[in-house]
Amino acid sequence: MASQTKPVLHGYYRSSCSWRVRIAFALKGMEYDQVPVNLVRDGGQQLTTRFKALNPMQQVPAVTIDGFTLSQSLAIIQYIEETRPEPHLLPSEPKTRAQVRMICDIIASGIQPLQNLYVLLKIGEEKIHWGQHFIQRGFEALEPILVQTAGKYCVGNEISMADLCLVPQVYNAERFKVDVTQFPTIKRLNETLLQHEAFKTSHPSCQPDTPDDMPI
Amino acid sequence: MEYDQVPVNLVRDGGQQLTTRFKALNPMQQVPAVTIDGFTLSQSLAIIQYIEETRPEPHLLPSEPKTRAQVRMICDIIASGIQPLQNLYVLLKIGEEKIHWGQHFIQRGFEALEPILVQTAGKYCVGNEISMADLCLVPQVYNAERFKVDVTQFPTIKRLNETLLQHEAFKTSHPSCQPDTPDDMPI
Repeated sequence: MASQTKPVLHGYYRSSCSWRVRIAFALKGMEYDQVPVNLVRDGGQQLTTRFKALNPMQQVPAVTIDGFTLSQSLAIIQYIEETRPEPHLLPSEPKTRAQVRMICDIIASGIQPLQNLYVLLKIGEEKIHWGQHFIQRGFEALEPILVQTAGKYCVGNEISMADLCLVPQVYNAERFKVDVTQFPTIKRLNETLLQHEAFKTSHPSCQPDTPDDMPI
Repeated sequence: MEYDQVPVNLVRDGGQQLTTRFKALNPMQQVPAVTIDGFTLSQSLAIIQYIEETRPEPHLLPSEPKTRAQVRMICDIIASGIQPLQNLYVLLKIGEEKIHWGQHFIQRGFEALEPILVQTAGKYCVGNEISMADLCLVPQVYNAERFKVDVTQFPTIKRLNETLLQHEAFKTSHPSCQPDTPDDMPI
């Protein structure tokens, strides 16, 4: 099933959605190339005609893999999961699978889209408050859910897509100065996951396009 | 599948989704939440995929990985890229400019979705079988119409929506004929 050509990730070092995909590649032990798309330089490289042809939503990540291009991080990750099954990023039991997806969607639909660059630019002056608000709200919902579902990781004791979504969102929370100590389970899970090799090698601080003078 | 409905009026009483009782079902204080097989789930696509995986017929996802991924991509463009930016909570925070705001994000999302659907669609969003993508599209077109977005700009979206609205499942589930649909239903 796997193609001879390496997958290509079009992403940005600090894009939390791109980071989710980088973690997936790392966990699966997959080599891939990166084509950085700088969301800030040149007015935003995601707005070029060339990139729009890859992803009409003009967002990162987009991944070219097995001869075609996909966008939307969770669609990409589940494609990788279904074509390169080891190690599993979703449990096999339907209820816990559903809980993984629910946690992913709270983050990927309920938090991140409300604090991504495009929206913050539209909000303007109030953008920090706006971003803080939606992260705070989302984490207030996520914490009691994770209290129920989490073992060593977000759902039970195996790393899943939920963990791939959580860590980049905590990174964003810290950028927005949301106090994550309010959420002890989120904090604990994040700290555990950041010790894992795949989360370290994929971290925004050490990507090909990470600036030397990287702002936090 | 038969199911019961417990309406949660998002507008009445300051928003019934904000009650302590409902918050216990869904800490995000949003609909839908589904209690099924002894537990409660939120997030519509998590719910739908649980149903798909436990009641497999008819399939709502193709079996081929690439087209499965395309279905999910289309769902996520709608469920992450459009709808969250125009849901009630966000519109209340935006305030006066909410109509423009909602129109903007629907317009933007449909401008991206149209060329994607041109590539993927047969009779339905992806090929010739109904999938989760169709389940996401039709309600989003309904929202687009509420926000007065001109859907004729998007011929594939328009065609798919019209086809799907003829299907029994899309008719019986339509907002106009639910247990909690008001008699004087605003469009």
